Amino acid sequence: MLLIPCPWCGDRDETEFHYGGQAHVAYPQSPDALSDAQWAEYLFVRDNPKGEFAERWCHNAGCRRWFNLVRDTATHQIVVQR
Amino acid sequence: MTAHRLPNGGRVDRAAPVRFTYDGKRYTGLRGDTLASALIANGVLEVAPSSYRGRPRGIVTAGVDEPNALVLVDGSLLPATTLELHDGLSATGRSGVGRLTDSTDSVRHDKRYVHCDVLVVGGGPAGLAAAQAAGRTGARTILADERTELGGTLLATKGFDLSWPGLAEFPETRVLSRTTAVGYYDQNYVVLAQRNTLWHVRAKRVVLATGAHERPLVFADNDRPGVMLASAVREYVNRYAVAPGQNVVLATTNDSAYQVALDLIAAGITVSAIVDSRPEPPAALVNQVGVEVITGSAVTGTEGRHRVSAVHIGPDRSIPCDLLAVSGGWNPAVHMFSQAQGRVRYEERIAAFVPDTCPQDLEVVGAANATYELAACLAEGAAAGARAAHLAGFGGGTAPELPPVPAESDSAHRPVWMVEGDETLQFIDLQRDSTVADIRRATGAGLRSVEHVKRYTTVGTGLDQGRTGGVPAIGVIAELLGASSPGEVGTTTYRPPYTPVSFALLAGRDRGELHDPIRRTAMHSWHVAHGAVFEDVGQWKRPHHYPRAGEDAQAAVLRECTAARTGLAMMDASTLGKIEVQGPDAGEFLNRMYTNAFAKLAIGSCRYGMLCRADGMVFDDGVVLRLAEDRYLTTTTTGNAAAVLDWFEEWQQTEWPELRVRFTSVTEQWATIAVVGPGSRAALTPLLPDLDLSAAAFGFMTFRDTVLCNGVPARVARVSFSGELAFEINVATWHGLSTWELVANTGATPYGTETMHVLRAEKGFVIVGQDTDGTVTPQDLGMDWIVSKRKDFVGRRSFSRPDTARPDRRQLVGLLPVDPDDLLPEGAQLVAGGVPLTPPVPMLGHVTSSYRSAALGRTFALALVAGGRDLIGRELLAPLGNRVITATVTEPIFYDPEGTRRDG
Ligand SMILES: [Zn+2]
Repeated sequence: MLLIPCPWCGDRDETEFHYGGQAHVAYPQSPDALSDAQWAEYLFVRDNPKGEFAERWCHNAGCRRWFNLVRDTATHQIVVQR
Repeated sequence: MTAHRLPNGGRVDRAAPVRFTYDGKRYTGLRGDTLASALIANGVLEVAPSSYRGRPRGIVTAGVDEPNALVLVDGSLLPATTLELHDGLSATGRSGVGRLTDSTDSVRHDKRYVHCDVLVVGGGPAGLAAAQAAGRTGARTILADERTELGGTLLATKGFDLSWPGLAEFPETRVLSRTTAVGYYDQNYVVLAQRNTLWHVRAKRVVLATGAHERPLVFADNDRPGVMLASAVREYVNRYAVAPGQNVVLATTNDSAYQVALDLIAAGITVSAIVDSRPEPPAALVNQVGVEVITGSAVTGTEGRHRVSAVHIGPDRSIPCDLLAVSGGWNPAVHMFSQAQGRVRYEERIAAFVPDTCPQDLEVVGAANATYELAACLAEGAAAGARAAHLAGFGGGTAPELPPVPAESDSAHRPVWMVEGDETLQFIDLQRDSTVADIRRATGAGLRSVEHVKRYTTVGTGLDQGRTGGVPAIGVIAELLGASSPGEVGTTTYRPPYTPVSFALLAGRDRGELHDPIRRTAMHSWHVAHGAVFEDVGQWKRPHHYPRAGEDAQAAVLRECTAARTGLAMMDASTLGKIEVQGPDAGEFLNRMYTNAFAKLAIGSCRYGMLCRADGMVFDDGVVLRLAEDRYLTTTTTGNAAAVLDWFEEWQQTEWPELRVRFTSVTEQWATIAVVGPGSRAALTPLLPDLDLSAAAFGFMTFRDTVLCNGVPARVARVSFSGELAFEINVATWHGLSTWELVANTGATPYGTETMHVLRAEKGFVIVGQDTDGTVTPQDLGMDWIVSKRKDFVGRRSFSRPDTARPDRRQLVGLLPVDPDDLLPEGAQLVAGGVPLTPPVPMLGHVTSSYRSAALGRTFALALVAGGRDLIGRELLAPLGNRVITATVTEPIFYDPEGTRRDG
């Protein structure tokens, strides 16, 4: 049960949140300009590091705001908030 | 008093006899006893025989690590060694294998959620010192201890004052007795089990003072009743004033057994010898005990039938005794520490795995940290408690002064992992009856990892989870593999729960009706009164059908379908998800989300829309109403309402924050009644006096805000999910029941979800989640018409991916069984006609929806079939084990393909 720092509400239990996967994967500006391989990369391929990982969370059962944070996937320590 | 109860001492109340039953026999113990100590007081040391080999077994420990003395009480399998004696207790000995009861647990269990600054786990000397040091600073402190009384090993220590200063006086300190920390999760989230209460604690700092478990020794016939841990013998004598034996031999690898010998002698019990593995134990200890110490030696076997009568030290020496007290060293109880993702390392001096580093905000003190001398435990605990409070914002971090305590010694241990003898009788895990021979077989088979050996031999998988046998097993593996030390082998993973937790405790009050929230519509009471059979759709209770007297479900559904197609029918559609989308950019936002366009939808009009994920797969669908220039009302499938709201918010917040648009769920604000059938216009005319309901004045896919004849404001939409003329009446939820009754009084036949499904399937309308499964595109459904070619939207780029454009994708088709009475089961696999039905047979797809149709007078189905559109007119087979249904592939529309009925 992670304790997640919501930038709007403060520290809350993980059960209040929804996980959003890797952060900073923007929807491509011009999808048509991408090759099929590049589009597939956007759709399906994400990093899976052991260690620090920038990821998205949404405070679903609270303020319903999306935000990013950095979590160590090996220790579950939340490192920095970005 | 029995002969086994010592004449004085102990923490039992001699004035308070307690009657109990064990294995059908009546006994008497004293208040303060555990079941185990009371049994010993009655001369009962032998318990149920072992699970697999049926060997006689006895009480081995005095705590949670007990492998043998397990009893069944009210359906729970519990260690007799931790079970508090109470009047009328009735226990049955079981050999490590419980039995599920079929009766409901009627005890009420609860959960509590608390936050604290400092959580101290363990109320032995180190934990008490920590709690006292933290509590006195004013920090919110919780001390959790698994026993009935605080004190830990002090309870078994003679002549120590247990009145601990302060704890009760600190207003912010809470002491939880009979409370076991069973799980340690991220960011200091610790779950405590206290009888009928499960505590969820979030602590700023944690101090683990979980103590240590003494290890048994491994030798032939080490499972015989009368072989007991030395620390347990000491606890029985000092804490419970019972004598497990009168003539004791001690076998040890370390200093702690000498104190046990002194206490036994003081209690008038004979100690015949101490067998010490070390060639030169500390001379001061040897002199102090004054009994024979056999140095550099180990016990190699025992004699006796149901009780030890003698021990062997090698082939030449045998000593008579009725109790063998063993100390194979101590394992710091690192379970909580390891669950907290702490790493352990092997410490040679004491031959044990000890805490090393941990990413969480905790400290380990006392015996759990391999600090075994009392004075050091107190100092370590007090320092950690003060430090924890300080780091949580309380006090200066200075430890309080401590009471003086007698000095103890803890010189180097000499572990004995393996001795000569019959390895098939050298037990490692008493509960699993596994022996050194089993481990040798495992390593002989090539297993090297301790995790593999554990699974191969089942060592450490019993109720006690290897608390006694775990490290001895690692020691044996190390010797068999020729490893330099057990540290090279490493430990198995420690997983929660630390001790067994009942499902009833985990569930708390979330059982039965309270297991999951139940959502009911405003009209629910009417449905109940009219005999509806309900089905669960997400958390909603929806009428499935309304059987009349003598009708089965099939007859009811056929009757309801006929009413909707030929007369007048009504359905409660309140559960459909409803989301208001507001803002100047609402139209642009919906254009980007839906596959079709909404920005130019006229105010007062409705349009069916489809949502896809970015991968192009259908996600949800529903009708969208344009209420105003900057305001839309979107509807979603019943089960997907929350997911669609999440989806909208995610895209708006994370990709298009510049769009001025906001979303509000209004599902519960509206009650919705679908009024369906050729008779609906006439029936509703008197109810809607302000509206002209003619097709010319009130066109299909438009809506009107109006007032019902009873003065209730309503929004009426001309939408149809059945293909028939239909009106959807939306009113505020609190008017839902009265409006439903108003419509019901027109004579409309109520119908449920099953009829709705049949009617829509006859028209080939899909249900997302039934006819789709996350791998289906709009094109696969034959709905190319809903995919805009003129705008971009989420998912569009994926339609030109090679995989999405494959011609042999599974496509939606209709199926008509050749025998019109054959009903295809939903989920049935489909194969090509004319192929032999001997595996392997290529699966072409599966049936997604299948019904009996009143309108068609036969059965029909929808299916997803590879390249299905090219198979129209061909036959497919559905092999169903004992029979095969043949069906013809058709267009996925069966009724009124021209759409002539929607205007009435
Ligand atoms: Zn929040």
